[in-house]
Amino acid sequence: MGSDADPRLPQRDRPWMMRTYAGHSTARASNDLYRRNLEKGQTGLSVAFDLPTQTGYDADDELARGEVGKVGVPIAHRGDMRTLLDGIPLDEMNTSMTINATAAWLLALYIVTAESQGVAQEQLQGTTQNDIIKEFLARGTYAFPPAPSMRLTADMIAYTVEHVPRWNPINICSYHLQEAGATPVQEIAFAMSNAIAVLDAARERVPAEAMGRVFGRVSFFVNAGVRFIEEHAKLRAMAELWREIGTQRYGVSDDELLRFRYGVQVNSLGLTESQPENNVQRIVLETLAVTLGRDARARAIQLPAWNEALGLPRPWDQQWSLRVQQVMAYETDLLDYADIFAGSHVMDALVAEMLEGARAEMSVVADHGGAVEAVPYMKAALVDSHRERIRAIEAGERVVVGLNRFTETEASPLTDDADGGIVVVDPAVEAEQIGALERWRAERDGNAVRAALADLARVARDGGENLMVPTIAAARAGATTGEWAETLRSVFGSYRAPTGVGEASAADADDELEELRGEVEVLAERLGRRPKILIGKPGLDGHSNGAEQVALRARDAGLDVVYEGIRLTPAQIAASALQEGVHVVGLSILSGSHRELIPSVVEHLRDAGVQAPVVVGGIIPEQDVEPLERAGVAAVYTPKDFDITRIMRDVIHLVGERSPSDGAPAASGAA
Amino acid sequence: MTDAGRALGARLREHDLSAAPAALNLLESTAPDDVREAAELLGELSPARLGGEAPGHIVGVTGPPGAGKSTLLSALLRELRTDGRSVAILAVDPSSRRSGGALLGDRARIDFDPGDEGALIRSTAAGERLGGLAPRTRVAAQALAAAFDVVVVETVGVGQAETDIADVADTVAVVVQPGGGDALQFLKSGIMEIPDVLVVTKSDLGQIALNARRDLVAALRSLGASETEVVAVSAAAPAAGVDDLVAALERHRARTDVAARRAAGRRAAALSEFVLEYGERGLRALGGRRAARELLAGADPALGPAELLARLEEHLP
Repeated sequence: MGSDADPRLPQRDRPWMMRTYAGHSTARASNDLYRRNLEKGQTGLSVAFDLPTQTGYDADDELARGEVGKVGVPIAHRGDMRTLLDGIPLDEMNTSMTINATAAWLLALYIVTAESQGVAQEQLQGTTQNDIIKEFLARGTYAFPPAPSMRLTADMIAYTVEHVPRWNPINICSYHLQEAGATPVQEIAFAMSNAIAVLDAARERVPAEAMGRVFGRVSFFVNAGVRFIEEHAKLRAMAELWREIGTQRYGVSDDELLRFRYGVQVNSLGLTESQPENNVQRIVLETLAVTLGRDARARAIQLPAWNEALGLPRPWDQQWSLRVQQVMAYETDLLDYADIFAGSHVMDALVAEMLEGARAEMSVVADHGGAVEAVPYMKAALVDSHRERIRAIEAGERVVVGLNRFTETEASPLTDDADGGIVVVDPAVEAEQIGALERWRAERDGNAVRAALADLARVARDGGENLMVPTIAAARAGATTGEWAETLRSVFGSYRAPTGVGEASAADADDELEELRGEVEVLAERLGRRPKILIGKPGLDGHSNGAEQVALRARDAGLDVVYEGIRLTPAQIAASALQEGVHVVGLSILSGSHRELIPSVVEHLRDAGVQAPVVVGGIIPEQDVEPLERAGVAAVYTPKDFDITRIMRDVIHLVGERSPSDGAPAASGAA
Repeated sequence: MTDAGRALGARLREHDLSAAPAALNLLESTAPDDVREAAELLGELSPARLGGEAPGHIVGVTGPPGAGKSTLLSALLRELRTDGRSVAILAVDPSSRRSGGALLGDRARIDFDPGDEGALIRSTAAGERLGGLAPRTRVAAQALAAAFDVVVVETVGVGQAETDIADVADTVAVVVQPGGGDALQFLKSGIMEIPDVLVVTKSDLGQIALNARRDLVAALRSLGASETEVVAVSAAAPAAGVDDLVAALERHRARTDVAARRAAGRRAAALSEFVLEYGERGLRALGGRRAARELLAGADPALGPAELLARLEEHLP
């Protein structure tokens, strides 16, 4: 563009799609919330499902206990989906569903619900997240082993390209990689490698002539942190790499199909529990990262609420975030101009640097045999990066205002009210959902459901046909989420993803850690055994990044660490603590189910004869700390306790206090 | 802390599996009181007290990282439990002890049913000694073999550690994945001891697994190890070959003189403990390695490593 040219666009750009990630309690309550949000000017829906729905369990499953309706809405069958979308015209709506392992099932319920509204599947618009590799890497809500999971993804892509052509069957997520600690280069490289694995799998299941359309339907879901210039460069680099992959690897030539399309939820990792009002400006700046340059602007945005680190946001908190988007799109002149970074030396150099790093990292993943085979490598790399990030915050090298610098504060009027400024899901919701589920099962045509599930199992076993067809049939027949997933589990088997902690290297000890190691040696001498800690996550919450970091630090402090990973029942934790003879149990929980699950774990432990103290970390609202302590928890840590070494010091002292000095093991279990 | 050790030992002898966690706590401890109790516990489980060797089958499972050991163990555990046999798994983690601590990640990778009282999984660090088995693991395996039908000791590696595991286990199974070719090289070059059973995992890879199996069988034959069975297993669903593995392990045990093998293992353990404690200088004081072996061979075969070590120490000037 010459210097005389008008920098303004002939016509102002249309704003991006505005959404709010929402849903909790019940389909009815979530439907009310969606309708109110749409009235406020939200232009698309973003459905948050609860963890049982995401991992394929019904509300009455043992693993679902405490999780129903907590981080999203429970959807068990087509009746729930119909209630959720009641009064929302699906031929006009653009719906994003954060659903992965069970994406095929939820899409089937959506299609069947649209049918009941008289809307054909060809008209539907929206996105299923459906990115299973990042579930193995970062988010933990997988249900089946990698190979059949990839087949399920490929079948969905093959089906939607033919029958639901305006649907984005997959959103490759770099979002969760950043939350798990990825550097911008890792975020780009792992996401692109992931996309290649998906496209390669799809290539096996669609006719060759459809590959261009398949490529064109793959979209991304990215993250944006507060270093917003670097973050913008990251998106430009992704757009360039995507085009390159499309032309070179898949022979796509149509410009429209080569476009890098992405939605975004800005960073939650950087949001703080202390002085949470500061999160508002973080969110605004992060939004700039994905909107500032027209050539790499988001197609859809959803913003977290300022108080996410405290618990579930209220409608008012979410409204504030929607208004941030609206001010940016409608009040500012952001949408008036052509790309403002075109010709910027700084931006071009940043992009070039990231491309170089990303290409190198992608070739490492390729050397492992592709993204599926490289999951253990990528997971360990993320754990390492996250550890470095935490170290920099602890050391004060990376400033987080209100957390490790400028921590003096006035009392906040925003969090003053009785419930601490968050929504608490009524525990009665779970029983209600279980009751409704039982009625549903009693009233439907049981024979039709059995036949549909038998056919689903047959297709799963045979491997030749597309799984979407019997999945839609099962949705129509009235099968439940748990039944659909259980049928596939029975054929595909279940799976536990690598934890990444075993491969992570030992840290160089600073003085504080060195001192702690000394204390542990003394304690080990006194106990007769090295102090041993069990670390695990009860419930269905798969966000294991925090637990992994605590496990690493415990190891680096000199403890023997049994890291048990995610998705554990209280009975499992108790059995493990007993068998392993641990001196202390550390539990991590972020889904809000701590009120139900933690006391249950303590009870199971004591029933098993394990006297080891229990410590808990996670998103635990202030008002829940005391009840947990009363239930027998020795200490509770929340996001404001960012110094993990200090937590370790507490834990080691706790073991010292609670363990008898005569060398008798703390967790004896002896009669 | 009066006779806790003795009581726990007696419970294990009576196949009371619920005594196992507390027994392991005691056996792992170096606190003086615990060491005394542990000796009492082991006394209750000595061949003399049991009227023979502990009846359980001690199986060593070893292989390089990524060979699929954890998945295999999950499948093996399931198969054995379906058969009604009680199983203890001692997962020995090789993690570096640079900080003193260790990350014991195997438990997360092995599927188990928390309500199943016939199965136990215990993770331990390899100890201060690089690669080798902690002496406590050997003792633990032998104690558990009094109570459990099968005791699996899982270790990582294909190198020297197997000599250690061969001293502990009645049957050593080495796990390799097809396509790597490393196992073949290790076998031919003698880096890897000839295992009792060789397991090729990921047999769902089809031709690759078949080729790997064929090459390994040929290599074993050329080394004169015709008794070593090579079993192809797919531990991931749908599992296949796990029953063949169980049968191969059992066939090996049936043709093995378990009492002699365990006695030899105890002697080897005592000797390596001695070398660790007193070094080459200590060996010279006994008149060399051969003389030390002869001393051990002359001792009662039912003696444990600690007592055998004491025998050697008696001959130190």
